[in-house]
Amino acid sequence: MAASVAIRVHGVSKHFGALKALDEINLEIPQGEFFGLLGPNGAGKTTLISTLAGLTRPTAGKISVMGYDVQTDYRQARRQLGVVPQELVFDPFFTVRETLKIQSGYFGVKHNDAWIEEILENLDLTSKANANTRTLSGGMKRRVLIAQALVHRPPVIVLDEPTAGVDVELRQTLWRFIRRLNSDGHTIVLTTHYLEEAESLCTRVAMLKAGQIVLLDSMDNVLRQVSSHTLRVKLDGAPPAGLALTGESSGAWYAMPFRQFDEIEPLLARLREAGCVVREVEIGKPALEDVFIRVMQSGDVAVSA
Amino acid sequence: MGREFSTLFYKETLRFWKVAFQTVAAPVLTAVLYLLIFSHVLDNHVRIHDVPYAAFLIPGLVMMSVLQNAFANSSSSLIQSKVTGNIVFVLLAPVSYQSFFLAYVLAAVLRGFVVGVCVLLVTLWFAPMQFVAPWWIFVFAVLGGAVMGSLGVVAGIWADKFDQLAAFQNFLIMPLTFLSGVFYLIHSLPSFWQNLSHWNPIFYMIDGFRFGFFGVSDVSPWQSLAVGSFSLSVLSAFTLVILRRGYKLRA
Repeated sequence: MAASVAIRVHGVSKHFGALKALDEINLEIPQGEFFGLLGPNGAGKTTLISTLAGLTRPTAGKISVMGYDVQTDYRQARRQLGVVPQELVFDPFFTVRETLKIQSGYFGVKHNDAWIEEILENLDLTSKANANTRTLSGGMKRRVLIAQALVHRPPVIVLDEPTAGVDVELRQTLWRFIRRLNSDGHTIVLTTHYLEEAESLCTRVAMLKAGQIVLLDSMDNVLRQVSSHTLRVKLDGAPPAGLALTGESSGAWYAMPFRQFDEIEPLLARLREAGCVVREVEIGKPALEDVFIRVMQSGDVAVSA
Repeated sequence: MGREFSTLFYKETLRFWKVAFQTVAAPVLTAVLYLLIFSHVLDNHVRIHDVPYAAFLIPGLVMMSVLQNAFANSSSSLIQSKVTGNIVFVLLAPVSYQSFFLAYVLAAVLRGFVVGVCVLLVTLWFAPMQFVAPWWIFVFAVLGGAVMGSLGVVAGIWADKFDQLAAFQNFLIMPLTFLSGVFYLIHSLPSFWQNLSHWNPIFYMIDGFRFGFFGVSDVSPWQSLAVGSFSLSVLSAFTLVILRRGYKLRA
């Protein structure tokens, strides 16, 4: 039995005048996935999320959330979706608790106090529940935004750069909570510029560039694409010629990519024979960042399911 | 029309109530100042509809307060939400455009009503008042508030910046309300301005409203009711169309 689809994006384009913010995007996100949407600024991530949330209307194509079309069946579609917007917005007239009660009401949810308390607790907001949102720090405001997106227990949660400008503590609190929601069956869609975050959280990623998906694969496959680990050594003196070492601008550090760990030993042996003294050794794991940079620099499109 | 409507209406009401000093007390003071100054200057010289000028003026001031505050409520709430970006909370929710419209307009009517009642209560002190046909008073207060609340929704959605909204207010709302017989009887105007006033829907609202107090008016209250209802229908239809299209709200 195939997992049912949480989000289906079919041939979606969005043009602002001559600019193609989204250019025929096709994407399916199964239920329960932790999905990463990556790309440089202006690639179309936020436009895609806005289109999903009904804030932007696509020029062409269709999007559905849990089977509900976001335009023709917008009320059902929006009930399935919790969006944490990128901008740090708040309504200065209300306290945190009022804000969450009001947001529950917009989604037609009654008697939501127990769940609201649970969200407040999980996001470390309980002590600020009766404070006016205007008086909160940036990090606290971000938590309120996250809480607002969750009041109606949406099966699909979209976080648009939730950790931009947020301290370490909140990041950890946030990711613990989101991971729990994910393991409870919620589908998570995340955009972020922190690639280590995406790497440790997401099971599948799409990379966007100029409104197109240039890479779409499971995180494991993506990391396998770079495949190589990196050996970095700090040397006294220059290494002998003929070795596949690249020097770094920082001076005495040299790096060599490798696939198998048994490639390391012969290299170190060659260095010793040449009389180089190895001061330090580091082994770097393949990083999403390497793929990201390679994909963004090259023009090739490598889409696989 | 479910909970999302009642919540948005509640939120809009709570919003102005939390700043009642500015949204209710301030306009009441303004109206009282108008009354003090005009009645002091004119009360002993002018009688209209067979009542002292102050008594004539009071319903006009009450209605003007209803109209201006209804407009102010929906328009300022929307522009603030747009400029600060928190309009997104409503846009992300499954709030239908009909609920959206009704919540903003009814909250505007309520604010107009609250201010109007307060102005009336304070001004009763200054002149004896009659209430010949209270139902007409109520009907025109609601109708006028709804027309202006709806116009406020249009203005709040159209304006991108506060100064654009101020222009809307100064160049449309103020002339419409001031040139509508708040301070004078239309009959006392030169015929050109009299004819022009008959094209102003606000004139009918105030005329009908005043009929509720004195039982006398420039035109029949039924005609005013017809003009008011027609204006509200046209304006509501227009507002609903722009909301459905997501004009300036959904890109």
